[in-house]
Amino acid sequence: MDLRDLATELVARACAAGARAADVLVGESEGLSVTVRLDEVEKLKRARQRRVGLRVFVGNSTAIVSTADLSSGALEALPRDACALARATVADPHAGLPDPADLAREQPDLDLYDAAIEQLEPPAAFARAREAEAAALASAAEITNSEGAEFGGDGGQVAYASSLGFAGAYSGTHWGLSVSPVAARDGAMQRDSWYTAHRKLAALDPPAEVGREAARRALRRLGARRVPTGEYPVVFDPQAAASLLRHLAGAIAGPALYRRASFLLDRLGEAIASPHVTVEDDPLRVAGPASRPFDAEGVASRRLVVVDGGVLQSYLLDAYSARRLGLRPTGHAARGFGDAPGASPTNFFLVPGPHSPEAIIASIGAGLYVTELIGFGVNGVTGDYSRGAAGLWIERGEIAYPVEEITIAGNLLAMFRGIEMVGNDLVFRNAIAAPTVKVERMTVAGA
Amino acid sequence: MDVADPGRFFLERFGLSDRALEQVLGTALDRRANHAECYFEFRMNQTASLEDGVVKKVTRNVSQGVGVRVLAGTRTGYAYSDEVSLERLEIAARTARFIAEEREGAPPLPVPGVPRAPHDLYALTEPPIETPLPDQVALLAHLDAVARATDPAINNVLAGLGIEHRVVLVVNSGGVFVGDVRPLVHLTVTCIAERGQNRQQGTYGGGGRLPFSALTDGRAERFAREAARQALTNLDAIAAPAGTMTVVLGPGWPGILLHEAIGHGLEGDFNRKGVSAFTDRIGTRVASELCTVIDDGTIPLRRGSLNVDDEGTPTSRTVLIEKGILRGYLQDRLNASLMGMPLTGNGRRESFAHIPMPRMTNTFMLAGQDAPEDILRSVDRGLYAVSFGGGQVDITSGKFVFSASEAYLIEGGKVGRPVKGATLIGNGPDVLRRISRVGADLQLDEGIGTCGKDGQSVPVGVGLPTVRIDGLTVGGTQA
Repeated sequence: MDLRDLATELVARACAAGARAADVLVGESEGLSVTVRLDEVEKLKRARQRRVGLRVFVGNSTAIVSTADLSSGALEALPRDACALARATVADPHAGLPDPADLAREQPDLDLYDAAIEQLEPPAAFARAREAEAAALASAAEITNSEGAEFGGDGGQVAYASSLGFAGAYSGTHWGLSVSPVAARDGAMQRDSWYTAHRKLAALDPPAEVGREAARRALRRLGARRVPTGEYPVVFDPQAAASLLRHLAGAIAGPALYRRASFLLDRLGEAIASPHVTVEDDPLRVAGPASRPFDAEGVASRRLVVVDGGVLQSYLLDAYSARRLGLRPTGHAARGFGDAPGASPTNFFLVPGPHSPEAIIASIGAGLYVTELIGFGVNGVTGDYSRGAAGLWIERGEIAYPVEEITIAGNLLAMFRGIEMVGNDLVFRNAIAAPTVKVERMTVAGA
Repeated sequence: MDVADPGRFFLERFGLSDRALEQVLGTALDRRANHAECYFEFRMNQTASLEDGVVKKVTRNVSQGVGVRVLAGTRTGYAYSDEVSLERLEIAARTARFIAEEREGAPPLPVPGVPRAPHDLYALTEPPIETPLPDQVALLAHLDAVARATDPAINNVLAGLGIEHRVVLVVNSGGVFVGDVRPLVHLTVTCIAERGQNRQQGTYGGGGRLPFSALTDGRAERFAREAARQALTNLDAIAAPAGTMTVVLGPGWPGILLHEAIGHGLEGDFNRKGVSAFTDRIGTRVASELCTVIDDGTIPLRRGSLNVDDEGTPTSRTVLIEKGILRGYLQDRLNASLMGMPLTGNGRRESFAHIPMPRMTNTFMLAGQDAPEDILRSVDRGLYAVSFGGGQVDITSGKFVFSASEAYLIEGGKVGRPVKGATLIGNGPDVLRRISRVGADLQLDEGIGTCGKDGQSVPVGVGLPTVRIDGLTVGGTQA
């Protein structure tokens, strides 16, 4: 059965079972991933998944059910079960589907699908992984081991229908290649990795290039030491800077705001970052990793300036959190099959600035260049930030030596406001992307 | 649903026969393969969420499917589908065995023996999934009242109850045909406290392979009060110190230290590949002689416990570190056979859609001699950390972090002011050598841990007595 027809059919059955309103998300996907380690085939994994999620509103009471059992008996029972569950919950006056005026009227083709997925077979997949890992292993004698190289692709379709009469579907593919070499010197090992990911197979970086970059990243960590505790300027490389954008996105997501659990509460129109900071979200980017023609409630996707010259311009809202906040949804509803929608960014990026990464590093007398952050030490309610870090130490404007076993700490609001320089090196490697960023001052804890 | 017999449950549900399974394993077990396996899973998961004083959202999810795995030497072929039929199983079996055909020369490996019988650690007369929804809703509403009653500064309470019922069946070419029915219940309470512009949150929770009644016995109320207390405590928190200092960890959940600092590094896969900071260190000193660390999947009713792992191997109690000396690794079938080591019952997977890996179960340190008060009194200046958020480790370099969510300064042997959350960072092979005092107060955590590895999440437990660590880097802002 066509997924969109299945979604529409289930919506109708839910309404017949007593729902005032209902919406359905259906998805199916198939994928293949392979791993090569030390030039040997290590893993092959083939996936096939289908799932349907149904949300019902009985009066103003809500329930969500989902299943992977698409037998006719299971689909028959699903609407009844959902309505029975909803009757056990308390009515919420804000519950419901979006205002019909906010629904997508057009469903643009965003070029998210690559038919090459239909020809993906194990031998070609193994060959790509092998080539990438071989390039890493051949980079230097100090690359002594490997956690392997993984190549994979998956493709599928998502359909959404609601009792507002909306029905839509789109297909998409994802491809990815990653390599994780291990470097060793004087009995100490360091691992790092590098990757390429895209909607289109042909748009991936060449495997050998990915392997060489992974090796370069592992090698530059050899001989890492600690630094004395103190306050220093901190440069975030593009990967690390993207993590700051993830924290920003979490703090401006509707549910965090109406729950009063965000350090960016009540700050619309305020300068939450330095004037160098402009952040946009673009769900309509052609072939973008998180692009989609409409959100998980059928609301139209549109490009949004979230932070403009440091001033917070918009939250990211689904229908429910928008209603709670007295605002309109922004088209950022996102849901798993079995849960109510929350709000998430799509292609969310920091607009590049004028500085080359080299110029940013050159501006620092003594400070830290962060290439990796670990741990979960970010408090979204207060913005307090403390994470484990690894990277390179900067002395007199130049990279001096690698550092590890240190933490960097501060408060996100102060960090955003302390962004002194933004790099010109933005690459859309991932849905959330940033160029190199320099934060004026943070506490580095070490020896 | 009758799941007393997982074998019959799956065969009836999917219209399969014993003979059909033999045929599928026969297809999968190509002449060069060592091992073929089918893993069937059915999972029902229900959640109820409280917000604004009422339960406004309930979810119920059903997932099911089968994963077919073929092992040949170091190679793994895996195919899974959530549509289960003989035809799908045959396709999956042919896909999975591709790795055995791909190249000549996979050496046959001995299949390690399993001397143990499966356990029966959580046979519940009242499985939590059968709890009437109104009882669940009533409990959550009550917790809202309990939390708000602690202080007027508590202005929002979020509470979530999750109940899972999982049935698994492992059938393999070595003759294993074993099922498990796994209940799991989990309750979390988060409180937001607000005083002027100062907003803080506190989170507390727990659960296990328990009946619902185990929560209504005062335990859930304690979670609510603890979450509120933690939020209120954090309203008074000052900036955390930065730098290397003496750290005292409280008992229970701070055992996440063991999980990150040494547990992952002792998983068989990383050691077979030689990429762990603990590679080739069995028999050597990796901790002070006060430290004995155990991984035990056989503790009744615990969140991290299993009757059999996800390869059908009965779980066990594994000594990882004995009086400071590294003794053992945690193994799954693939890595145990490649390393010539015994199976430990640690082959786990998130679901049928995932390949098993060596994973921890309940990981803890045995109690020592010291009174916890004496340990605190022995520290002139340092940090006392009693509750943590998550942690993470870089297996290869050994560097690990874990983030305190409730911590205090120690001044002159006394517990002083609360400090803001801070990440603690250390080096796995080194940190346990710095443990100079171990308390007599071993506690296991409340049943809240979830471990992530290579994109797979599994429930785990940790435990720790009060310990003193002489020198750990605290990532505060007060340099």
